[in-house]
Amino acid sequence: MSVVFEKTQLLTDKPFHYCPGCNHGIIHRLVAESIDELVKEGKLEAGNVIGVAPVGCSVFAYDYFNCDMFEAAHGRAPAVATGIKRAKPNTLVFTYQGDGEKIVTIFVNNAIYGMTGGQMAPTTLVGQKTTTSPYGRKEEWCGAPIKMSEMLAEVPGAYFIQRCAVNNTPNIIKTKAAIKKAMQYQLEGKGFCMIEVLSTCPTNWGLNPVEAMKWLEENMIPYYPLGVKKDKGADAK
Amino acid sequence: MALTLMKGSEAIAEAAIRAGARFFFGYPITPQTEIPEYMSARMPEIGGCFLQAESEVAAINMVYGAAGTGERVITSSSSPGVSLKQEGISYIASAKLPCVILNVMRGGPGLGSIQASQGDYFQATKGGGNGDYHLLTYAPASIQEAIDIMMFAFDKAEKYRVPVLFLADGIIAQMMEPVEMPEMVDFKVDPEKKPWAATGWKPGDDPAKRAVINSLYIETEALSVHNESLQATYREIEKNEVMWENYKTDDAEFVITAFGTVSRVVKSAVDELRAEGVKVGLFRPISVWPFPSDALRETAVRDQVKAVLDVEVNEGQMLERRDQAEDPRNEGGYVNVCRI
Amino acid sequence: MVKVMINELLCKGCGLCVRACPKGVLALSKTKLNAKGYHPAEPVNPEACIGCASCARTCPDVAIRIERE
Repeated sequence: MSVVFEKTQLLTDKPFHYCPGCNHGIIHRLVAESIDELVKEGKLEAGNVIGVAPVGCSVFAYDYFNCDMFEAAHGRAPAVATGIKRAKPNTLVFTYQGDGEKIVTIFVNNAIYGMTGGQMAPTTLVGQKTTTSPYGRKEEWCGAPIKMSEMLAEVPGAYFIQRCAVNNTPNIIKTKAAIKKAMQYQLEGKGFCMIEVLSTCPTNWGLNPVEAMKWLEENMIPYYPLGVKKDKGADAK
Repeated sequence: MALTLMKGSEAIAEAAIRAGARFFFGYPITPQTEIPEYMSARMPEIGGCFLQAESEVAAINMVYGAAGTGERVITSSSSPGVSLKQEGISYIASAKLPCVILNVMRGGPGLGSIQASQGDYFQATKGGGNGDYHLLTYAPASIQEAIDIMMFAFDKAEKYRVPVLFLADGIIAQMMEPVEMPEMVDFKVDPEKKPWAATGWKPGDDPAKRAVINSLYIETEALSVHNESLQATYREIEKNEVMWENYKTDDAEFVITAFGTVSRVVKSAVDELRAEGVKVGLFRPISVWPFPSDALRETAVRDQVKAVLDVEVNEGQMLERRDQAEDPRNEGGYVNVCRI
Repeated sequence: MVKVMINELLCKGCGLCVRACPKGVLALSKTKLNAKGYHPAEPVNPEACIGCASCARTCPDVAIRIERE
């Protein structure tokens, strides 16, 4: 008997509290597996990793990632991570969050504020209905949804920026590869890395999980194109 | 030991380093900018870390991150900047992280002015951020006193796992005085003494030792237990850490209360009045939280005391009405005469 | 022989594994309800499984384990 797939040790046994079909769980697993693999490949010392959880639905990420964790104030995870990285320069430091330093940020973009019940976010698509844009987001009133990856790619200190999705198996595999690459860059002492992961929020989109995946494919991916936005490592080669 | 003439902000920064601070996160604001400036040159010399954050908000969250690893971390700012830090301070207090925060007070409210002030007394001692918490808060009256307090501030912060706040004013930071600078303390994070610190944990290690630096207690019961433990710490601090100075109060018929640099003006006034035969003395809280209430009562509520004058560089925040009510003679209590 | 094991207690019946499976191995149960009140996924066509682990990779609750005998 051989194990084809099992839960990584870098996740605790605590069941996720997320809604059915929410992509947070997939992305958590990819982050945890990436850490696990870096350890097994000898690129990272076991235990030499600290994570920072955000405010939002993934606020309890500190209960799920099986390593030392911080819970940061809303929007402050990168600053907290910067403090940790300065104090522990040889530690892999990552933030997991909704919205420069040699840290890895996993930015989950689900085009909505999920935790508070589905309000408009800076990433809400034009025309998308939320509880604070009940008639659909209007660009002339609210501005256009921001493309974080493209914006941050322009920041000189950013080293590697990629937008991914976990909507199908090939993309899930690509997302993990991107997360792992970002972590490896950090261990090599390169710059700021961010992996934006498009995610569904079935509950607040008012769709079932499978419909939500389709909505993501038909609406989010065209506006938020997947791919590498910046890779100084590849440029150097 | 020889005395050295030093500027307050630089002396305080150097004292922090000698007390073991190796991490400074801050943002410029007058009248404390010389502290980050000094740190930016000095920290690299001793293998420490100076980082100018993009804002005060970021700086205090960097403190949260670095302090959570058990290191000795300090930040400094001035009134409007300290207001920006309040959210982070509340998180740090709840997460029980030791650190030192300097507030070099300037005039307010709002952007105010850059002259020295004591207008943040309420914020420092009665509030600041959200929630039921306190900071162990010292109000030094001289550069030397600021240095001396700094030398034990981190020890107190670590003993009680609370942030320590220096409520200084622009005068302390900007003036120069001869000071005696203590020797460098040998500080290294001892994970045995700081089991709560995030120093690296892996699956297979003792699950109880996995560090979670956190201020979220979503279960009401758990939050209540957490708050009780915070309050128990504050009661301990109130019992053990009160500091004050009595100056010529033994036979005083008039007691003047003052904290920080203004107390030195008062001291001169006391001496001049004494020379004229007026029996007057000074009562000066050094810790403003915990406040030396018992000592003040013993000093001021005596039959021989005819009046108490409170002198502050604000509209009278320290001896608000609370102390009037405690005056058994009910003669209007303390008289706040200061209107600067 | 590949064995797909679904931890029914963790399953929230989201159906993403059903969508991800290229061989139609899985379906949400029409009869079972788990303790959380969801219809858990179950192998309805187990012999068709090729062990690609697409279901496990997509499961947001890490509820699937796959073994090959």
